[in-house]
Amino acid sequence: MEKFEKIHGVAAPMPLINIDTDMIIPKVHLKTIKRSGLGVVLFDEMRYHEDGSENEDFVLNKPAYRNAEILVAGDNFGCGSSREHAPWAIKDFGIKVVISTSFADIFFNNCFKNGILPIVVSPEEHETLMADAQKGENARMTVDLENQEITTSDGEVIKFDVDPHKKHCLLNGLDDIGLTMEKAEYIDRFESQAVQSRPWV
Amino acid sequence: MSPKTLYDKIWDAHVVHEAEDGTCLLYIDRHLVHEVTSPQAFEGLRMAGRKVRAPEKTIAVPDHNVPTTPDRVNGIENEESRIQVEALDKNARDFGIHYYPVNDIRQGIVHIVGPEQGWTLPGMTVVCGDSHTATHGAFGALAHGIGTSEVEHVLATQTLIQKKSKNMKVEITGKLQPGVTAKDITLAVIGETGTAGGTGYVIEYCGEAIRDLSMEGRMTVCNMAIEGGARAGLIAPDEKTFEYVKGRPHAPKGAQWEAALAWWKTLYSDDDAHWDKVVTIRGEDIAPVVTWGTSPEDVLPITATVPNPEDFEGGKVEAARRSIEYMGLKPGQKLSDIEIDTVFIGSCTNGRIEDLRAAAEILKGKKIKDGIRAMVVPGSGLVRAQAEEEGIADIFKEAGFEWRLAGCSMCLAMNPDQLSPGERCAATSNRNFEGRQGRGGRTHLLSPAMAAAAAITGKLTDVRELM
Repeated sequence: MEKFEKIHGVAAPMPLINIDTDMIIPKVHLKTIKRSGLGVVLFDEMRYHEDGSENEDFVLNKPAYRNAEILVAGDNFGCGSSREHAPWAIKDFGIKVVISTSFADIFFNNCFKNGILPIVVSPEEHETLMADAQKGENARMTVDLENQEITTSDGEVIKFDVDPHKKHCLLNGLDDIGLTMEKAEYIDRFESQAVQSRPWV
Repeated sequence: MSPKTLYDKIWDAHVVHEAEDGTCLLYIDRHLVHEVTSPQAFEGLRMAGRKVRAPEKTIAVPDHNVPTTPDRVNGIENEESRIQVEALDKNARDFGIHYYPVNDIRQGIVHIVGPEQGWTLPGMTVVCGDSHTATHGAFGALAHGIGTSEVEHVLATQTLIQKKSKNMKVEITGKLQPGVTAKDITLAVIGETGTAGGTGYVIEYCGEAIRDLSMEGRMTVCNMAIEGGARAGLIAPDEKTFEYVKGRPHAPKGAQWEAALAWWKTLYSDDDAHWDKVVTIRGEDIAPVVTWGTSPEDVLPITATVPNPEDFEGGKVEAARRSIEYMGLKPGQKLSDIEIDTVFIGSCTNGRIEDLRAAAEILKGKKIKDGIRAMVVPGSGLVRAQAEEEGIADIFKEAGFEWRLAGCSMCLAMNPDQLSPGERCAATSNRNFEGRQGRGGRTHLLSPAMAAAAAITGKLTDVRELM
């Protein structure tokens, strides 16, 4: 995984709450056996009309937001299924940070596995960031994971929390499986004890 | 020892390693796999030259993509679906994991097959690349959905990197009224807590109304824990659980059964355990419910009317307005006046034998309304066979239902079973999201008995009027 660098980019506003994984990527696009190339169908049913033409009212189709790297979204973003196609599509589009007041659990975890930083902020901070995102292309936000800071286009600084282990992995582009395999002796020991204590498993 | 919840006990029994910051490596007892969320994980293993660490604890079955019409024995027509299922065939073979192929009678929806075959046992950790893994919590197992990267992680290491969730108790006291089922309980809970109400928690469902449920009903309740935002939902095992598990193909036998039973009987929340959040609902207060909107929290008793968006607060005002427009409804309209085009009975929420029995009970000797498309999709080949043996299949067929083969079917429309734009469906599945059952399709979630009632009258109907 590539290392997560400091981001200075356009933030797209999506104030709708409960944006679910079916909205992020409808099931017709889950039939792939690859991880790549899903950016073009991100938010498919909102982004395109039924004839395949672009819905120009949709935020990511507006000239200001076509190259957005940050998404400021309404509460409970990513609810629904466990499909990792949702973060794959977001990443492939070029979005590296999603900011909301809350995220669904599985989606939240899936983001970190794919080099995307989901940030939880308070409702007040969310209002500030949403207003900043609505200013368009000239209002660029900065997201600094190292120092856990978002800086609005006006220079207002908002601090955020992140799990230290997840931060470390993102900043260093570390692969979880490799890290866990270094703990193989613990797994071996657990398994040999479990064979005694719970042999039916 | 300090008092513990059921979740605490299962968690503690599975910690392989705990880092200073509380990040744990959790051992996984059962890993269920289906064709949609696994191909990239197996590909990752191949690229890194890794093996499946515990193939004997890994079980795969295709369910999302498979057609449910009888002609599927001749192969899957849709090329992308076929490729995904073929990839699972190959991966199961190459990595030596347990597998139930499409035309095996034991094939079905992964969350129905696991318990049916005795793979799911009390006190286990169970994961699957599917959010409805919560279903297995009905056995007092810690079961939850994971993404594909985590599928790969579990395949390679038989562990997951986890932080512990908080404990939430949902108690349903007293008795249910006639016509009220497990589905109404689980929808009513989400209606009460909202779709993010469980975020950060593992829910334990308890109380007399939960204890009174069959294992099938408990699976329905836990299945939708994810719709309430929780990582998992579980129910303490009891005699009903042990009775259900005993004798299943992969359940322990002989001395191992006795040893297992002794441990399972310790799996309950201690009286003075700490709960971070408690929700109590009186069983008597729960009515047969339906959803009116595009979020599972949009739940109301069938006797209610479509709400006015202005009655909500904050972001929900706009979300409700959007939902009502998408659903083609009007505020103030009676829910029981909403006419439907299609009825779908099935899914990992309501595709078990008891669900089919409940619907058949209402349909017995009746016909569905002219022009209604109605299908029943048993959750597994074995559920289907049992329903045929009990004469339930005949009741459905005589009423005018299509009698399908097992699979996820119209719950998520990755297969040929889909809604057309604007088509309105009474569905026993778990999600009413925009486009969930097909682009532009409109979904009302309800219980199997309520779905049967809707099929007869052609509109959303209070099942109590037909009892």
